[in-house]
Amino acid sequence: MADDKNPKIDAATGTQFKGHEWDGIQELDTPLPRWWLWTFYASILFAIGYVIAYPAIPMLNDYTRGMLGWSSRGALEQELAARADQVAPIHQAIAATTIEKLAGQPQLMQAAIEGGRAAFKVHCVQCHGSGAAGGKGYPNLNDDDWLWGGDLATIEKTLIDGIRNPGHDATRVSMMPAFGRDQLLTAPQVDDAVAYVRVASRQDKPSAAAQRGATLFADNCAVCHGTDAKGNRALGAPNLTDGIWLYGGDTESIHQSVWNSRQGVMPRWDDKLSPATIRMLAVYVHSLGGGEATLVEAAAAADNGVEGNVAQ
Amino acid sequence: MLMPTDTSDLYEKRKGVFPKAVDGFYRRLKWAIMVVTLGIYWVTPWIRWDRGPYAPDQAVLVDMANRRFYMFDIEIWPHEFYYVAGLLVMAGVGLFLVTSAVGRAWCGYACPQTVWTDLFQHVERFIDGDRNAQVRLAKARWTPSKLARRLAKWSVWLIIAFLTGGAWIFYFADAPTLQREFWSGTAAPVAYGTTALLTATTFVLGGFMREQVCIYMCPWPRIQTAMLDEKSLVVTYKDWRGEKRGSVKKAAAHPGEFGDCIDCDQCVAVCPTGIDIREGPQIGCITCALCIDACDKVMAQVGRPRGLIDYCTQDDADAEKQGAAPRPVLKTLLRPRTIAYLLVWSSIGAAMLFALGARTRLDIAAQQDRNPIFVTLSDGAVRNAYTIKIRNMETRPRPMTVRAEGLPGALLWTDAMAREQARATVDVTVPPDSVAKLRLYAAVPAAGPQRQDFRFVLTATDREGGTASEPARFERPQ
Repeated sequence: MADDKNPKIDAATGTQFKGHEWDGIQELDTPLPRWWLWTFYASILFAIGYVIAYPAIPMLNDYTRGMLGWSSRGALEQELAARADQVAPIHQAIAATTIEKLAGQPQLMQAAIEGGRAAFKVHCVQCHGSGAAGGKGYPNLNDDDWLWGGDLATIEKTLIDGIRNPGHDATRVSMMPAFGRDQLLTAPQVDDAVAYVRVASRQDKPSAAAQRGATLFADNCAVCHGTDAKGNRALGAPNLTDGIWLYGGDTESIHQSVWNSRQGVMPRWDDKLSPATIRMLAVYVHSLGGGEATLVEAAAAADNGVEGNVAQ
Repeated sequence: MLMPTDTSDLYEKRKGVFPKAVDGFYRRLKWAIMVVTLGIYWVTPWIRWDRGPYAPDQAVLVDMANRRFYMFDIEIWPHEFYYVAGLLVMAGVGLFLVTSAVGRAWCGYACPQTVWTDLFQHVERFIDGDRNAQVRLAKARWTPSKLARRLAKWSVWLIIAFLTGGAWIFYFADAPTLQREFWSGTAAPVAYGTTALLTATTFVLGGFMREQVCIYMCPWPRIQTAMLDEKSLVVTYKDWRGEKRGSVKKAAAHPGEFGDCIDCDQCVAVCPTGIDIREGPQIGCITCALCIDACDKVMAQVGRPRGLIDYCTQDDADAEKQGAAPRPVLKTLLRPRTIAYLLVWSSIGAAMLFALGARTRLDIAAQQDRNPIFVTLSDGAVRNAYTIKIRNMETRPRPMTVRAEGLPGALLWTDAMAREQARATVDVTVPPDSVAKLRLYAAVPAAGPQRQDFRFVLTATDREGGTASEPARFERPQ
């Protein structure tokens, strides 16, 4: 350190040296401007005010909460409440518009799709998967094959009342008999019926077993699945001639289905979700690519082309 | 360590600077630059520029809300931000160039801090009088007359500061509209906030902080010090000619003993940062060159040659000291270092101009749905879904078609169409100056490779035409 009594002075600036030296480079004790000192005092004052106004000092079990009562959790709650207020009119409008009319209002429809996308992630992905692609026993909602129908109103009805929801009268119900297990058909007869279904779905070439199965099908299965095996949506009976199989289309899987039958369950949602949320979910599911537009309004919306869908 | 009782050494008290009015070549140059720069600042947002019905008609507009930057015929989109980066690089290299050639010319002439401080000082002279009157007034007790003068000065400063802060916001919105909204109280809060903030900073920095900004707050003087070399023009007091200082009388009485400097302190009096240039180059010198004007005037009065204080390089100073002739100015300005800067600067500019001229005005981007990757349809076909973005940078709506090249049998449709309407191409009209986003489905017969690469080809079908394409992939179940 420099000798305080005999400070070394830099000749060029007349400023005192600090006394440090690195490779011949010395530090000058250049005075700070006084206004800088004032800004320093001002920041101290600000800090005191901040400590009084805002949460600041940690204590043993708590912390000083500040006079303004601000907290980050409270701020989040305010933001969420503000957001809820913001979307409330949209939800009210969706709840007040029947789903048939909704299709004619592109903006409301868009809001419903996005709202449904969010709700789907919470309530539906557990069974149908995050991409709504389903899995064995859980339908893929992206495709164009629908057990109970794929227009907006039908999807909404399925969501409201569910499928085979126990103890709910309005739920969608159909009961395929367990033909093998309940001995409605003999084991060879079941094999023949399976062989026929494999042929009807163009997976196997016609065979003698399938010929026998055709008769069995007409007697036992056609009442629900139709004489052409194309199913019946009123009963939720699947189309057996297309390329989509809920439980698998291989011989073994079809055999299982005929022997034991399948009784997939989807819960009703009207007791858990608001009508607006259910409507948004229906619109979202309908938008996934397989939605059927049997309604006049929807057909008109489709004719508008992509321009209604343009966003920056 | 104990707090020292006397802190006078630790903190420097502000020394008042009362620069005297001066006239001369550099003062007039500064006037001209002030008029030009302030003119540019205040007039630019009000220049109109016709871009047709779909784009704003303001010549220079930074449209934050719509993420567009307009500058006369150039329109920059956010993805072209590299043009702005390029401009910043040019500004940086330009400052290197200017500094290596003519020293801190930016500080002395063009820096907003200098220009506004200069303007505020002129207001000060108009109300308070010149240097001596200002010094007297500063020392005077607070009388009603002093208060009146101060209030008058601060009011004019505040008006200038408000005009300065207020003008800034017009670069970010349609100026006539924003002005109406501003006065009727319906403008965005950020407009009032920005105006208030910039008014306050202009008032404080231009009126009160002044040279303190240059000496203590600004990093640029330090950076520039590193960029100067012995061939850069800096304001120099030619001590070999000026020393030893003495009055005209003394010099007449003792010929040969005194230099040209008559120690009149005019160079100090006119200095806006309050330094004495005769102490040599220093951080406080912003090279405004007003001391040159002041000294030239005095030299003319006493009948000595001008340029006792002048723009001069370190090398020339050394040469002149030895009695040699200084290098010609052109040779000082054009040397390998400045030429290299100039080349870099102009090649970046040329490259940007070329890129601007050659840039495409339409583009397509495609993102394949990843969840699910594919969907098997009831007729056995496989469907993939894509989010397509089509960018139309022209300020008019454009009809376009999209097709899938290299994907045989593909039928395309959007989520607003039924699958029955699927065709090999999809028509879309993209609104002016925007990105159209559409969800596109492609269905292909099931037979085929698990992964198939193809291209989405976008073709504009209007008179001007144009095409763009984007690689994409089609996937099928195993």
